[in-house]
Amino acid sequence: MAASTAAARGARAPARPAGHRWHRLDRTVSPYLYLSPFFVVFGVFGLFPMLYTGYVSFTAWRADRPGSEGRWVGLENYRRLLDDPFFWNAVKNTLGIGVLATVPQLLLALGLAHLLNYRMRGRTLMRLGILLPNVTSVAAVTLIFVQLFGRDFGMVNWFLSLFGVDHVDWQAGTLSSWSAIAAIVTWRWTGYNALLYLAAMQSVPFELYEAAALDGASRWRQFRSITIPMLRPTILFTVIVSTIGALQLFGEPMLFSQQQDPTTGGSQHQFQTLALYSYNQFWGRFKYGYGAAISWAMFLLIVLVAAVNFLAARRMRGAE
Amino acid sequence: MTAGRSRATRQLTAGRGVYVVLGAAVLLSLFPLYWTLVAASRSNTEIHRMPPVLLPGGRLWHNATQVFAQTDLRLAMVNSLVVATTVTASVVLTSTLGGFAFAKLRFRGRGPLLASVVATMMVPTQLGIIPLYIMMANWFHWADHLQALIVPAAANAFGLFFMRQYLVGAVPDELLDAGRMDGCTTRGLVWHVVLPAARPAMSVLGMLTFMAAWNDFYWPKVVMTQQNPTVQLTLSELASGYIKDYSLVLTGALVASAPVLVAFLLMGRQIIDGIMQGATKG
Repeated sequence: MAASTAAARGARAPARPAGHRWHRLDRTVSPYLYLSPFFVVFGVFGLFPMLYTGYVSFTAWRADRPGSEGRWVGLENYRRLLDDPFFWNAVKNTLGIGVLATVPQLLLALGLAHLLNYRMRGRTLMRLGILLPNVTSVAAVTLIFVQLFGRDFGMVNWFLSLFGVDHVDWQAGTLSSWSAIAAIVTWRWTGYNALLYLAAMQSVPFELYEAAALDGASRWRQFRSITIPMLRPTILFTVIVSTIGALQLFGEPMLFSQQQDPTTGGSQHQFQTLALYSYNQFWGRFKYGYGAAISWAMFLLIVLVAAVNFLAARRMRGAE
Repeated sequence: MTAGRSRATRQLTAGRGVYVVLGAAVLLSLFPLYWTLVAASRSNTEIHRMPPVLLPGGRLWHNATQVFAQTDLRLAMVNSLVVATTVTASVVLTSTLGGFAFAKLRFRGRGPLLASVVATMMVPTQLGIIPLYIMMANWFHWADHLQALIVPAAANAFGLFFMRQYLVGAVPDELLDAGRMDGCTTRGLVWHVVLPAARPAMSVLGMLTFMAAWNDFYWPKVVMTQQNPTVQLTLSELASGYIKDYSLVLTGALVASAPVLVAFLLMGRQIIDGIMQGATKG
């Protein structure tokens, strides 16, 4: 094939030198041309703002103080951050909601995927059903759940009252608000992750299970010793992606709040996440520099947690 | 254990317990949306009855006209439609071209560039939100204009990678070589070989992009105002304030979700296939 291509080129080149040169230019330039839209958009609206956030975080820029733009204060914003109780409160809330919103979700997804992997009737309908929550918007879903979690007339409390639990004010408590927000996230994302796990399960060679069954391994043992290790790359992927998502929660806590200022995250800031706090400082209090410092702190937290999760998930293999 | 005779018998057949558990999961997934339909078709007092009413009423039309009368939902729907379709067209086009370049063209720096695209998928989007707002408001003067929502979303790493993964397998190298031998330019190859082969993945990517653009909340909340809202902003406005008419709020949620729900019902199978294929190839 290569030889015939060269021959064809050789035959044509003398006749159409201009066309030949055009062809070579086309082959060198086209790839970069096709990739340029992404790299231009990412460079201007992705990379540059990120780096600029770093710069702004070293300044005392406040939108309500003309002339403060670019006033260099070094690490002052970060030093203040360390003494800011609201910042640490937001870190605590973000991590707490993060754990409640990801761990049960991924375990549920794993279980669902295992069941969906059985041969059954109506499997497409089942898959459509569990994915449906994922296509609805954060805003719509959160407002629906706010109604369901209503203190006096919400269906969740009505259901709990059948078991003698009295009117829970879901927004008021720390654990109750965290759980409610985590439930919203879990409802929206479990089906999606289940489909990812299912896809990975379907690519596990059946012979492995046959061999294990011959060796007398129980179903549970097969699930632990074959399915989980074979799913490790997918599990790793979902853990990282849901960690990144959960640590950036914004719309859910904001719309869940019933306060006049929804960026406070509840009457006692009990569910004010880092994203919400950053927005509150930047948008509500005009503190561009301080808000940018919170953004970077949030990024560092995400990197840290993702790295810990990554290492933990990698050790899974070591344990097997 | 039935040893695998054919592909079909290789999976274990589901017992009754599997159906029961999965059925419950599907019901839990559907119930909040079904309840939204019930609430949207009843009055505020009706949905506050205990025990709750569980069947739809006859007030859907009435509630919907109320929502449209009380809010800018009409403008918001038009805005969201313009933004989502423009972004979708742009993302599908740029991703297909870029994905083709990564999948099938040889050029210097391909490996590092592809790695950088994958790396950017891991970067949290919120990191640059403050400067992005400053750029839009102070430099471009785009704050509260639709281009502030469209241009930054015109291409993304996920789409690029998604199309690359699909095109690696979907376009045979022999076909491209043959095209080259016939004197096809790269643009000619895109037109005659790549686009026809990429159509299934393009429609899935288009669907996912449209939904994401339609559903986006954070960035529109930052850069747009209630003067020129998207659907999600109007929805959040409808729900703010102390005294809420929940039947209207949930009507708004239903109307705001209707386009993506319809799209999902029409294309759900392909979307599921797209998500699952992406998972194994990634």
